[in-house]
Amino acid sequence: MTPTYYLLLSALLFSIGAVGVLVRRNAIVVFMCVELMLNAVNLSLVTFARINGSLDGQVMAFFVMVVAAAEVVVGLAIIMSIFRTRRSASVDDSNLLKY
Amino acid sequence: MTEPVVASGVASFAWLLLALPAFGAAVLLIGGKRTDKWGHLLGCATILGAFAYGLALFFSTVGISNPEQRVQNLHLFDWVHINALTVDFGLRLDPLSLTFVLLITGVGSLIHIYSIGYMAHEEGRRKFFAYLNLFVAAMLLLVLGNGFVTLYFGWEGVGLASYLLIGWYQYKPEAASAAKKAFLMNRVGDLGLAIAIFLMFNRLGTTQYTEVFSRVKEFSSAEILAITLLLLLGACGKSGQFPLQAWLPDAMAGPTPVSALIHAATMVTAGVYLIARSHPIYDLSADGRLVVMIIGGVTLLIGCIIGCAYDDFKKVLAYSTVSQIGYMILAVGLGPVGYALGIMHLLTHGFFKAGLFLGAGSVMHGMNDEGNIRRMGGLAKYLPITFVTWTLGYLALIGIPPFAGYFSKDAIIAAAFTGEGWRGYVFGGVALLGAGLTAFYMTRLLILVFLGQPRWKELKSEDGREYHPHESPLTMTIPMIILAVGSVGGGWFLSSGGRLSGWLEPSLGELKEEHGVLSHGVVGILTVVLAVLGAAIAFLLFGRGKQPVERPARVSFPVRAARADLYGNALNEALFARPGTWLTRALVFLDLKGVDGLVNGTAALLGGSSGRLRRLQTGFVRSYALSMLLGSIFVLGALLVVRFS
Repeated sequence: MTPTYYLLLSALLFSIGAVGVLVRRNAIVVFMCVELMLNAVNLSLVTFARINGSLDGQVMAFFVMVVAAAEVVVGLAIIMSIFRTRRSASVDDSNLLKY
Repeated sequence: MTEPVVASGVASFAWLLLALPAFGAAVLLIGGKRTDKWGHLLGCATILGAFAYGLALFFSTVGISNPEQRVQNLHLFDWVHINALTVDFGLRLDPLSLTFVLLITGVGSLIHIYSIGYMAHEEGRRKFFAYLNLFVAAMLLLVLGNGFVTLYFGWEGVGLASYLLIGWYQYKPEAASAAKKAFLMNRVGDLGLAIAIFLMFNRLGTTQYTEVFSRVKEFSSAEILAITLLLLLGACGKSGQFPLQAWLPDAMAGPTPVSALIHAATMVTAGVYLIARSHPIYDLSADGRLVVMIIGGVTLLIGCIIGCAYDDFKKVLAYSTVSQIGYMILAVGLGPVGYALGIMHLLTHGFFKAGLFLGAGSVMHGMNDEGNIRRMGGLAKYLPITFVTWTLGYLALIGIPPFAGYFSKDAIIAAAFTGEGWRGYVFGGVALLGAGLTAFYMTRLLILVFLGQPRWKELKSEDGREYHPHESPLTMTIPMIILAVGSVGGGWFLSSGGRLSGWLEPSLGELKEEHGVLSHGVVGILTVVLAVLGAAIAFLLFGRGKQPVERPARVSFPVRAARADLYGNALNEALFARPGTWLTRALVFLDLKGVDGLVNGTAALLGGSSGRLRRLQTGFVRSYALSMLLGSIFVLGALLVVRFS
C-alpha cells in the first residue's frame, strides 16, 4: 500500500472531472464533475498528510468539504433558477453575458 | 543730477493730487446712476481742487530760493518688497513734474468744464467724467512717480482711460475698433518700456529715478543704446510716432473733449516726458539720440503730409498733433540743447491744440456732429467766439509771432540746425519744411471751415436734419477763450529771459546754447516766411471760387498716398496683420492636425484594439474554463521548469 497509487488515483479522478467540465453541456453533470475534482484534491491532501505524518492535509480536506457543501447549495440554487426561466440546463444556452 | 530732498510743508500733501481725481472716479463709478445729477460737478470739483493744490505747490516750490532744493521726494509707502526687488511708491516733485501737473490739471480743468456743455445731451455723462477723472489721476501718477515702475503704472492707467474714452460711442463699430487699435498699438510700445525697465533692474537692481540716474555709468554702452531705443519704442507707442502713429488719428472717434485733453494736450506727450525724464541715459548715447531725432523728423513730415489731404476736421488736427509731437521728439533728441525746448513746445502745444480741438468740438456741436470740412464753410459769421479763439490757436500753431507757437517751434527749428555736418542741414531742413506744410494744411482747414461760401445750406446731415450752426454755451466758450489767451501769450511768457528753461534746470540740466549752421535770427525769419508762404499757397488754392462738396476722386499720386495715410495702415497690415493671420491659421492647422491628431489617434487606437480584444468574451462558460485550465497548466509548467532546470 504505497501512497503513489492514491496520488495516481487522485490525478485520474481530477482529470476525469476536468474533462467532464470541459466537454459536458448539462449543468448538473458539469457540477458533478466539479465535485469530482474537489474530491480528487481531497484525496491527494489526505494522502500527503499520511506521507508527511501531519494533520495539516486532513484539516485542509475538511475545509474543502465545507466549501464544497456550501458551493453545492448555492450552485444548485442558481442552476434551478436558470432552468426555471430558460427551460434548459445546458451551460451553452446561458451565454448572454458576453461582449 | 540733483539729489532730491525730503518733501516738507505744502509738498507733503502732494498725494492729494492723485487722491482727488481718483476719489472722484471711484465715487462716480461705484455710485452709479445715483450720482447722475451731480456727477459732472463732482468731476470738475476734484480736478479744480487738484489744480488749486498744484498751484499752491508750484508757488511754494518757486519760493524755494536755492534751485537745488526744488527737487523733492515724497515717500508714500513701500509698494513692492520681494527679495531683490524693492519699489517705493513715492512722488518726485521737481520743476519738470510740477510743470506737467499744472498743464494736466489746468488744461484738464478747462476741458472738464467744457465737457459739461459738450456732453449735456449724452446719456451717462457721469461715467464720462469718471473716466476723465481716472485719466487725470493716472496721468498725474505717470508724471509724479519717482521711479520707472510707478511711471509704468500711470502709463498703463492712461492707456486704459484712453481706451475707455475712445470707445465711448461703443455702439459705433469704428469707435470700438479704434479703441482696440489704440490699445493694441500702445501695447507694442509698452513692451519696449517694460523691457527697458527690466534691463535697468537686471543691471542695477533698482528702478527708482535717483538711483538709476546716479549709477547710469554702470551700464555698458550697448545696454545704454538698448535702453534708449526701448524707451523710444515706448514713447513712439504712447505719442503716436512713426511707426506706431496710425492709432492716433483713429482715436478721434472718441468725444471731442477727449481728443483735446488726452489725444492732443496731455497723454500723447507722455513719450516726450519719458525721454526728457530719462535724459541722463540719453545724454550718454549720441546714437540713441540720433534715432530719436530721425523718428521725430520722419513723423513730423508724415503728419504734415497726411494732414494736407484729409477732409475730417478732427483727423487733420490729429495728424497735426502727430507732427507737432514729432517736433517735440526731435527737440528732446537733440540732447542738452533741446530738452527744455521740447517741454516748452509741449506746453504751448498743450494750450493751442487743446483750444483748436475744443473749437472743432464747438463747430461740430453746432453742425449736427458733422466732421467733414467739405460740408462746412463760412461758419465764422455763425460762431464768432469759436472763430476768433480758433484763429488765435491757428496763428499760434503755424508759428506767427508773437503767438505761442512761434517761440517754441522757432526755437526747436533753430536748435535742429545745430547738429554737426549733415545732421544740422537735414534736421533743420525737415523742421523748416514741416513749418511750411503746417501753415498750408492749417490754412486749408481755416478756409474750408470758417471762410468762403457756405456749402452746407442745401445739405442735410446723416440723420436727415438741416444744418443750423449756432454758437456754443458759455461752459464751452469760456474754456476756449482761456486757452486762446494761453495760445497768444504763453510762448512769450515761457521763453522770455529763459524763464522756463531756467525753471527746469534742476530737472533737465542747463539748456546749452550752440550756434548752428544757420543763426537763430535767420531761422526765425525763414520760419515765418515759410509759414506765410504756406498759408498764401493755401489761400490761392482753396480761397477762391467754390470748393466741391464731394472730394475730388481724380487726384495726383501724392494726394492719394496721403489720403491712404501714406500707406501706414496698409504697411501695418502687410507686415504684421496678414503674417499674423497666417501664423494663427498655421497654428490652428497644426493644432487640429498635429496635436488633436495625436490625442485623437491614441484614443482611436486604444478604442479599436479593445473593441477587437473584447471578442474574446464569448459568453461560453466552458471556454473560460478551458482557458483557466490552460493558464493553470502553463503556470504549473513554468514553475516546474524553473524548479528543475
